[in-house]
Amino acid sequence: MAKPSAIYGLMAEFDEPTTLVAATQHAHREGYRCMDAYSPFPIEELHEALGAHHTRLPLIVLIGGLCGCIGGYGLQDWASAMAYPINVGGKPLHSWPAFIPITFECTILAAALSAVLGMLALNGLPMPYHPVFNVPRFALASRNRFFLCIEARDPKFDVEGTRRFLETMHPREVSTVAG
Amino acid sequence: MSPYRETADVAIPELAGLQRRFLLIGAAGAVVSLLGAFLNLTQFLQSYLMAYMLCLGVTLGSLALGMVHQLSGGAWGVVLRRPIGAATRVLPVMTLLFLPIALGMHRLYSWTNADLIAHDELLQHKHLYLNTPFFLVRAAIYFLVWNTITYFLNAWSLEQDRNPDPRIARRMQHLSAGGLLGYGLMITFASFDWLMSLEPHWFSTMYGVLIMGGQGLSAMAFLIATVVWLSRRPPLDRIVATSHFHDLGNLMLAFVMLWAYFSFSQYLIIWAGNLPLEIGWYLHRSHTSWRLVAVGLIVFHFAVPFVLLLSRAVKREPSLIVKVAAWILIVRVVDLFWLIAPEFHQTGISVSWLDVVLPLTLGSIWLGCFVWQLRGRPILPVHDPEFEETLGPIIERGAPPRPSHG
Repeated sequence: MAKPSAIYGLMAEFDEPTTLVAATQHAHREGYRCMDAYSPFPIEELHEALGAHHTRLPLIVLIGGLCGCIGGYGLQDWASAMAYPINVGGKPLHSWPAFIPITFECTILAAALSAVLGMLALNGLPMPYHPVFNVPRFALASRNRFFLCIEARDPKFDVEGTRRFLETMHPREVSTVAG
Repeated sequence: MSPYRETADVAIPELAGLQRRFLLIGAAGAVVSLLGAFLNLTQFLQSYLMAYMLCLGVTLGSLALGMVHQLSGGAWGVVLRRPIGAATRVLPVMTLLFLPIALGMHRLYSWTNADLIAHDELLQHKHLYLNTPFFLVRAAIYFLVWNTITYFLNAWSLEQDRNPDPRIARRMQHLSAGGLLGYGLMITFASFDWLMSLEPHWFSTMYGVLIMGGQGLSAMAFLIATVVWLSRRPPLDRIVATSHFHDLGNLMLAFVMLWAYFSFSQYLIIWAGNLPLEIGWYLHRSHTSWRLVAVGLIVFHFAVPFVLLLSRAVKREPSLIVKVAAWILIVRVVDLFWLIAPEFHQTGISVSWLDVVLPLTLGSIWLGCFVWQLRGRPILPVHDPEFEETLGPIIERGAPPRPSHG
């Protein structure tokens, strides 16, 4: 793990999405785990090729939704049955059918907010600096090029070895990413 | 691409045996059911109405989903198009199977009873709409509209198989736009006539969409089960991918929520209004043992499928999603039972053996006709405007990555 921190990783550039997916699968088979792929548009297979790890986001959204659900119901119950017990149309103070729509809305609101905020918290955005932008050609990742970056923190990473490995997949270019 | 151009009959040889088996079970069930009709004709008709509405729901729900796909597009619908077509082509049989309801309507609908009308002012006012000749004329109009849409969509789909002219697809889209409107209007009135008028004093403006949502859900569940079955054997085992099941599972989740939304909205509106004329329908459904069925529906028709379908893993695993789909078809029967049976047994739950035999019988006959219709055409619509875009890459690549294989 004691790698020189001057290097963030090695980045290979590909012309086609299919070659990027193939290269990623190959790298995963070779045992590389700390890597990321960059493409101008979402590629479904890429997710699995990278060895899709389950994120904690669904759990965060579920907890957020449950909080919204209980909070929304509790607020209405507190307001109409405890704080302001007003008789409306002879109905019981605790009239659950009337609470359902707002409970539902609160569930959705809290789940959506925790999805957005949880996503930002987990992926670290907004991120003003990221080493991959040190490679000038990386700007093409938002246009028509596909990149695979194997990071130096990967236990299998070795500057010469990994470069040789990336070269075997016939990329346009392999660049060193400064840290 | 040849296996997709052959008719399903050639590509999937076991369909013929399946059709025979379903029709045999249906015939055996029909004999037993007829025995039941001699023993207790009124009970037979109640159970028949329930079974009929289930089968009609899958037929018309498929028609509606097919039209929605014509307008919206999407990979989910390209793999469903042929099962959808086959399901809609059972409609002529369903039209014939309406006859027992038309013939037995005097035992089902109390508003046909002249003595009752004579003592009931409200029914006298409603007589302008709720009378036997107009009921039959309306039924004829509903079936005419549905059969016309079905006929043209299927005829043009067949034409499209031979001729890749994009104008055929345009024509189908135009018909689908109007057809959806026609389906919606007709099923609204049909649900008022055939189900809501079982309790002629009661009315709910929500009822039409509630039935519509139920039909969409029944059809979605049935189509998912069909696609899972097809995806386990050639040629579709190389075509139907995990992402298709994911999309279909999401759609089924949406329909489960839609059903819950409609059911609850109807209850909320009537509960909030609290008018004597409207609450009766819920009173004998919530203050007798029928309450158990009501709570059961909330738990098993909404909560359980909802939680299961939230899971990505369930939606992407064919062997799991097919179980959810089968479960939904079962609770659909219970939901229809809850809509129909309490009108005849207001004091509490009453289940007859015919409530089990008739859905199985009509279901088997329906499935037999469905398989028969499925056999006659290629299993994929190769000239669908979206075919190349959605399935082309999968066909070129060969077998799609399926988690069950590795």
